[in-house]
Amino acid sequence: MGKQRVKFTFEEELVKQPVIYELGRKFEVVTNIRRADVGEEVGWVVLELDGEETEIKRGLEWVSSTGVRVDPLGGDVIDG
Amino acid sequence: MAFLNGLKCRECGREYPAEPLNVCDFCFGPLEVVYDYATISEVVSQDSIAAGPLSIWRYKDLLPAEGDDPVDIMAGYTPLIKARGLGKTLGLNNLYIKNDSVNPSFSFKDRVVSVAATKALEFGYETIACASTGNLACSVAAHCARAGVRAVVFIPSNLEKGKIIGAAIYNPVLVSVDGTYDQVNRLCSELADDYPWAFVNINMRPYYAEGSKTLGYEVAEQLDWRLPDHVVVPSASGAMFTKIWKGFNEMACLGLLDGVASSSFGVDQNTVHHPAVTTKMHMQQAEGCSPIAAAWNNNQAQVIPVRPDSIAKSLAIGNPADGIYAIKVIERSGGSAYAVPESDIVDGIKLLAETEGIFTETAGGVTVSGLKHLAESGAIKPDELTVVYITGNGLKTQEAVEQVVNPLSIKPSISSFEAIFEGAK
Repeated sequence: MGKQRVKFTFEEELVKQPVIYELGRKFEVVTNIRRADVGEEVGWVVLELDGEETEIKRGLEWVSSTGVRVDPLGGDVIDG
Repeated sequence: MAFLNGLKCRECGREYPAEPLNVCDFCFGPLEVVYDYATISEVVSQDSIAAGPLSIWRYKDLLPAEGDDPVDIMAGYTPLIKARGLGKTLGLNNLYIKNDSVNPSFSFKDRVVSVAATKALEFGYETIACASTGNLACSVAAHCARAGVRAVVFIPSNLEKGKIIGAAIYNPVLVSVDGTYDQVNRLCSELADDYPWAFVNINMRPYYAEGSKTLGYEVAEQLDWRLPDHVVVPSASGAMFTKIWKGFNEMACLGLLDGVASSSFGVDQNTVHHPAVTTKMHMQQAEGCSPIAAAWNNNQAQVIPVRPDSIAKSLAIGNPADGIYAIKVIERSGGSAYAVPESDIVDGIKLLAETEGIFTETAGGVTVSGLKHLAESGAIKPDELTVVYITGNGLKTQEAVEQVVNPLSIKPSISSFEAIFEGAK
């Protein structure tokens, strides 16, 4: 089992999609939202994912495939 | 000694001890250093600073690491130059250049890495790591060489050769990742959880970022303890931009500026704004990666991440961690943000070189072109005191300006020379 902290950013056309709900349904991943700001045109959610590492990886690949931007949490690692 | 009270979440305000942490366990917000300013105010003065070494460590009382034996390759105390040539070209009579391209590893990154490396050794780390597209890799490798500890530097495999050599010369463990910048990013985030290493801009980030405050301190000191009317700053994550502002306000609150009375830092050290700090903060981003400028200019409540597509690779952070805080600084200071067209970046590099004799990297081209825009639009008046920050050296991004190499080719004879030279006149 493992945990991963990530940030999802939703563009306007995806804001109304239940992506996090479906992530929990389609994959053996527990989603735990810690901070979010969702508006009409864009939104972001910071959350922790709990599950087998391979399942988290598969889940995140699926989230990315929906068009949601997935970023690891912890600052801008690529920096200069 | 370091005058630290600990760390504090910038979002929810939860407090943590001064440990290698960067994210709040509760809300995952960023952690910031909290200082004991009451004690600092008793020990720091213009004289104590002036008596210090000619590096960022002259401000050791204002940094979050012990300053008695820092990892110091003499970062900082770089020249502040009156820019007569560039100023004349742009119609600015009171323009100065903060030339940070002459740091030991040729970028401002030496300031932040010196603080992060010093803190990492305090914490007992034996390996210091980072992922980078250039400047940071060079600086981490150089500081580790100085400190005698292992550096592990992750770079994308398609990085320009000059940057790879610039880091490799210090003999770090150089890891070339067969993937995109985003993939290197993700890999390092995962490694930071599993390896007992000090990643300078992950678990060391609260301390690392504070090093940029010295860009504010130095300009104030070099202007004889006063602040400029305007500063023009390149920006990627937004961290340096916010820390320059923080540095200005710390100096004001501590009574270090001439004619300015000290005052309380209030309830939030990171958002304090002393009324004597009237400097307008102008952020410059490259159009191909300008999420903060876009948010400011479109009056967005959020910074929307982008996929970078810019020749200014050292500014190419698509998801800037401090973007929203940088916007607040622009707002408080009455400043601005501008997305410099990609086609203007090389023009900016050449303009600085031809008028001031300073060869800057692509990020500097962004900054100079942004300055030109501010001057032409009237946002900066001719006699206002303005400082433009040049943060990296042109030798690192020579590919961007290869087209300037156009020599007069002649035979080894006077007649050949005169024939072509007359033509060149």
